[in-house]
Amino acid sequence: MLKFLARRAVLAVLVMLTVLTISFALTRLSGDVAVSMAGPQATQQDIATIRKNYGLDRPLIVQFGDWVGGVATGNLGRSYLYHAPVAELIRARLPITLTLGLTGLAIALLVAIPLGILAAMHEGAWLDRAIMMVAVVGQAMPSFWLGLVLVIWLGVKLQLLPISGVDTWDGYVLPGVVLAFSAIPALMRLTRGGMVDALASDYVRTARAKGLTRVSVVLKHALRNAAMPVVAVAAVQLGFMLGGSVVIESVFALNGVGYLAWESIAKNDFPVVQAVVLFLATIYVALTLLADMLNAVLDPRLRVS
Amino acid sequence: MRIGVRRLAQYLGFVIVAGLAVVAIIAPWITPHDPFLQNLDARMIPPSFMEGGVPQHFLGTDQIGRDYFSRLIYGARISMLIGVLVVICSGLIGTTLGVIGGFFGGRVDAVVMFIITCRLSIPFILVALTVVSFVGSSLSVVVMTLGLLLWERFAVVARTTTMQVRTLDYIAAAWAAGCSRTHILLREVLPNILHHLIVVATLEMALAILLEAALSFLGLGVPPPLPSWGLMIAEAKDYMFFSPWVIMVPGLALFVLVLGINLLGDGLRDRLGAARDA
Amino acid sequence: MPEALLDVAGLRVRFGRDVEAVRGVSLAVERGQTHCVVGESGCGKSVSALAVMGLLARGATRTATHMRFDGQDITDLSERALQALRGDRMAMIFQEPMTSLNPAYTVGSQMAEVLSRHRGTPKRLGLERAAELLAKVGITAPGLRLGQYPHQLSGGLRQRVMIAMALMCDPELLIADEPTTALDVTVQAQILRLLQGLQRELGLAILLITHDLGVVARIAHKVSVMYAGEVLESASAADLFASPRHPYTQGLLACVPVPGRIRRGDPLGSIPGTVPRIAPGFTGCGFRDRCAFARPDCAGAIAQRDDGLGHRHLCQLAA
Repeated sequence: MLKFLARRAVLAVLVMLTVLTISFALTRLSGDVAVSMAGPQATQQDIATIRKNYGLDRPLIVQFGDWVGGVATGNLGRSYLYHAPVAELIRARLPITLTLGLTGLAIALLVAIPLGILAAMHEGAWLDRAIMMVAVVGQAMPSFWLGLVLVIWLGVKLQLLPISGVDTWDGYVLPGVVLAFSAIPALMRLTRGGMVDALASDYVRTARAKGLTRVSVVLKHALRNAAMPVVAVAAVQLGFMLGGSVVIESVFALNGVGYLAWESIAKNDFPVVQAVVLFLATIYVALTLLADMLNAVLDPRLRVS
Repeated sequence: MRIGVRRLAQYLGFVIVAGLAVVAIIAPWITPHDPFLQNLDARMIPPSFMEGGVPQHFLGTDQIGRDYFSRLIYGARISMLIGVLVVICSGLIGTTLGVIGGFFGGRVDAVVMFIITCRLSIPFILVALTVVSFVGSSLSVVVMTLGLLLWERFAVVARTTTMQVRTLDYIAAAWAAGCSRTHILLREVLPNILHHLIVVATLEMALAILLEAALSFLGLGVPPPLPSWGLMIAEAKDYMFFSPWVIMVPGLALFVLVLGINLLGDGLRDRLGAARDA
Repeated sequence: MPEALLDVAGLRVRFGRDVEAVRGVSLAVERGQTHCVVGESGCGKSVSALAVMGLLARGATRTATHMRFDGQDITDLSERALQALRGDRMAMIFQEPMTSLNPAYTVGSQMAEVLSRHRGTPKRLGLERAAELLAKVGITAPGLRLGQYPHQLSGGLRQRVMIAMALMCDPELLIADEPTTALDVTVQAQILRLLQGLQRELGLAILLITHDLGVVARIAHKVSVMYAGEVLESASAADLFASPRHPYTQGLLACVPVPGRIRRGDPLGSIPGTVPRIAPGFTGCGFRDRCAFARPDCAGAIAQRDDGLGHRHLCQLAA
């Protein structure tokens, strides 16, 4: 088990290094970074200042070395627009994005898993088909459009929920639901598939032969085995929700990390872009590692030393 | 009366996709107006079947007087074009990677897996936004970006199916008969994993269309005045409280197209007997 | 004569509309005795066993003239009542020990849950009883095994665990569906010996499904020979091997090469043809297409012959 985790950790580090490089290279795409950062109204003087302050006149290798070194010590650069350390900016906005992501995931799991179980238990019957239709429809819905539609109907016409900002807890409901929508179809299919297999398995037949109640058979015996791929995908979905929150955050005017990223991209604030890409990738890598560990906990067969 | 809902759904998917493809192709001949023609005297006219509508603008006009219906039809062109091009590009990249990794195994496979993992770790939307922002937004940039980023599912499925096929007897027979590696890859492996890849292609096409819409919605996708449905929704956002149909229509169009593609994909999966968890 | 523990008459099982897997099976299992049901693959023997336990898949319909367990009719019992019986007074073990145990839970917890389900026994006591039974079925270091996961045990060990698990509540009837088929030959013998020993010690009645005549010869008191969903012949084991009456049984026994009796160069016996799939509405003898003695009246109603001493067979031919 330890060896398995150690190997995954090494892999994670390698991936991080690659992402470091990619995030660095990304911002150098547009040629002269200083010019883009300064914007269209800048003077030669501005550009020169920027170049100097951000060390953009040094060779790329040195810049990269600085970047890596900075990351290692927690220094993620300095935002040009906000004149503040990027780390600070991210830290201030992180709670919102995290809450949003977790809310979305929670809603998604609360909807997808029971529906998936129900569909599997009635495999082939109309209930199963109806539930799967929900999955198909959900997958086709553009999330930002859904967000706008919900804003119009639930927020404005019916005045049920707030449509922007998160001053109150229910400000997370609409955006959470929209986020969940994108994850529910996949999670539901996976749960259903896993449960169908589990319910048809020999060990479930044994459980029935032992006279265990239906609840026990489905929830204790079948679900435990069907849950494993769902857990892995759920962790990955959380990663997507955190990384893809850009769209939702802009529709609902939430001041999170995604929105910060979008702002910075639109306004060419390179240091922020670079750092946010790295940050989100780190979270994703951490989540997949977590998912692997959870899998090992759930499936005794993976704990081989 | 057991037609089977499933069958019905598959046919529906096919009809939707084929229908929209035809519409996209013959767009210039069926649009009542030029989708780029502005008419500031005729702004924000509601659809002809609602109060205030006029018969010559079936779905009304947008905020600078362009005929909405015509823009909608042209939007189909953009979505389908992007969908197809992105799938071709990402399909080529992903399949090549996946087949190489699955076929050769060992260290080559480890490298391929590493590449795939790195790609998966990158926050995709942000990277796409960044690239478009820095390189400049245009149709070709969007296609290139999405095409170069959306290959991971192709790679994963190609790799898994190649690994399964590699151990089968007809491959061993081909080796024994002295076939070259390239021959085996192209003539024995590829045709037998193609049906799995076709299913992935439909899913990825739907995804590409949705992503392009999201990018355009954020202003970093297809540039105006091109009538991308996502862009139309973004343009209508400011007016949505007064005239909700402006965002309903392109959104519904997107929904219907993607739904059709997904249904078609499901149908193909059933017909071709492809893997269920792609 | 004391009533049989399990008394099944006229059992029919249909899957959907097209397949009639079991067509009027009748058998009786006496207390403390082993009744073997033997037949080729597809004859409906496993389905019959599952039908008795009420474990058929959805989409299967089962009817019977009567099915009595210890005098109580179980044909129309509610699922809840059946659940109470299963694992408690009737237990079942299956063919594939490798996949019949849940990989996510320890052996001990899977065994203890039977007791807690039926008797409300707390887990600690359940584990004690489990260890007892593991020892009884010949597993060494039972305490250690309790904490192990199924994938850590070999096939033979797992089957022993299945048997021990089936005995947790002291059942009166054990239904064993091909329990030795998936095991090595030497392990097979051990498992059969184990079952016999348990029967002697606990007075366990066993309904054993198998396709292997060797198993039948070894352990059966009574035998039912099934073919295409029907019982073609049933008798005591001794009677069946000494004087088989149905052409099918005779053919089966002829297929078994007996060392000493068969000589080099003699052809191995076989029955030409394959088991048919029977659709509803089929009449007559299911074996007639493969029978050397088939007559025109084999397509009509078949006579049930009974010699009065417990030896019955279903054939137009007298003997």
